[in-house]
Amino acid sequence: MRILRAGDAALLVETGGLTDAHRLDAAIRAARLPGVVDVVPGERTVLVVTEPSADLDRLAARLPDLPPPPGTGPDAEPVEIPVVYDGEDLGEVAALTGLGREEVVRRHCSASYTVAYLGFSPGFGYLTGLDPALRVPRRASPRTAVPAGSVAIAGPYAAVYPSPSPGGWRLLGRSERVLWDVTRDPPSLLRPGTRVRFVPEAAP
Amino acid sequence: MIEVIRPGPLATVQDLGRPGHAHLGVPRSGAADERALRLANRLVGNPEGAACVEFTLGGATLRFDSPAWIAVTGAPAFLRVDGRGSGAHAPCHVPAGAAVELGTPPSGLRSYLAVRGGLMVGRVLGSRSTDVLSGLGPAALTSGDRLPVGGTEGLDDITVDLAPAPPLPASPVLRILPGPRDDWFGPDAITALTSTPYTVTPETNRVGIRLDGAPLARTREGELSSEGMVTGAVQVPPSGLPIVFLADHPTTGGYPVIGVLASAEVPRAAQLRPGQTVRFRLN
Repeated sequence: MRILRAGDAALLVETGGLTDAHRLDAAIRAARLPGVVDVVPGERTVLVVTEPSADLDRLAARLPDLPPPPGTGPDAEPVEIPVVYDGEDLGEVAALTGLGREEVVRRHCSASYTVAYLGFSPGFGYLTGLDPALRVPRRASPRTAVPAGSVAIAGPYAAVYPSPSPGGWRLLGRSERVLWDVTRDPPSLLRPGTRVRFVPEAAP
Repeated sequence: MIEVIRPGPLATVQDLGRPGHAHLGVPRSGAADERALRLANRLVGNPEGAACVEFTLGGATLRFDSPAWIAVTGAPAFLRVDGRGSGAHAPCHVPAGAAVELGTPPSGLRSYLAVRGGLMVGRVLGSRSTDVLSGLGPAALTSGDRLPVGGTEGLDDITVDLAPAPPLPASPVLRILPGPRDDWFGPDAITALTSTPYTVTPETNRVGIRLDGAPLARTREGELSSEGMVTGAVQVPPSGLPIVFLADHPTTGGYPVIGVLASAEVPRAAQLRPGQTVRFRLN
């Protein structure tokens, strides 16, 4: 664990990997440390944002010895996201990967995913666990409007667009599952560490 | 109720934002110049985090249905209440039916108008702030919008006549702390950042300030894994031209952050307007 300063009101902790980042994230949340405002996992880091008055040296000294959080880890049931695989880029992904459309779908829905971190827009989870054969670059020119519920891939990640937005990921299908709803608590279906499975569904 | 007659270039409702949701991809948002928002609220006896209007380069008119106490802080826009001039950084009484006009401030970018009782637009995730990046909160104000004002029972008395406000410098020098990714750059980059002036470009908004000047060269190849970002972060995209993150910045990013503004400097950065120059210093 390497602890860096991110200004005078945040620490950036390098954990070396995703599993340790999620473990530290959970441990910090469970410890309810005074003065901590936000805890933001990344791919191999956890950012800890504090009140401006917090003692960063003291906080940094406590982080390595936090007790592991109870009841977290990969035991929880995965979230199931039903998908109608009729995305606009399915043919293109089949061509880029040299796999047929059916094989792209089969590989996409047979993997088990974990939310690495959220970003880009509220509720947008970057899911790791994508079959390496499905790694394709983003579109050269992003779409100006991608509908909410679009199931997409880019690079090593899979995702579901939680709300309508511009986007450059390749669209494989769509889901009716609501990923983001500000009237719900929590508003996001996904959070760092959530496990996800995609379940193919026939078009209605 | 307050009616927006004209909002100026950009007017939004802001409070202290949505801390605590960054791990879900929700920017903190809130007033870009938090210090000015807090002061405006104190001047009219509000809790410091009450919702205000954040104006960008003034140029706005509001009409008040009911009598109210207001205060304008931040960029010192000339204030006219029912045609009569009034000063910034001071509580000011507005009679029922009066128009409040805000001129273009001679310096600074963002002015805050607090009204005693606070603005009562709906909350989203605990905040009334407009987040221009994620679209959370109310839309930016447009002509004809009507803003409800809260009750004033139980508020502190208005006790201050005028708050001293230091003038905004033409070319501020902002203190920066190196890291967390200063090791992605050579010593030349930190030297360039802290010894040459940068110009604020027109592509500057509540998300961040895009700067033009000496490009900061990376010495490390490859891509940084996406990591959490803080307000005040000086992020360096492949062009080498730094971006300073403000209130609506994305929660995670993959470009290295060479340094972060000291917290106390963020409000000053939020007052930089396009075309202005800025310098950075260590310590």
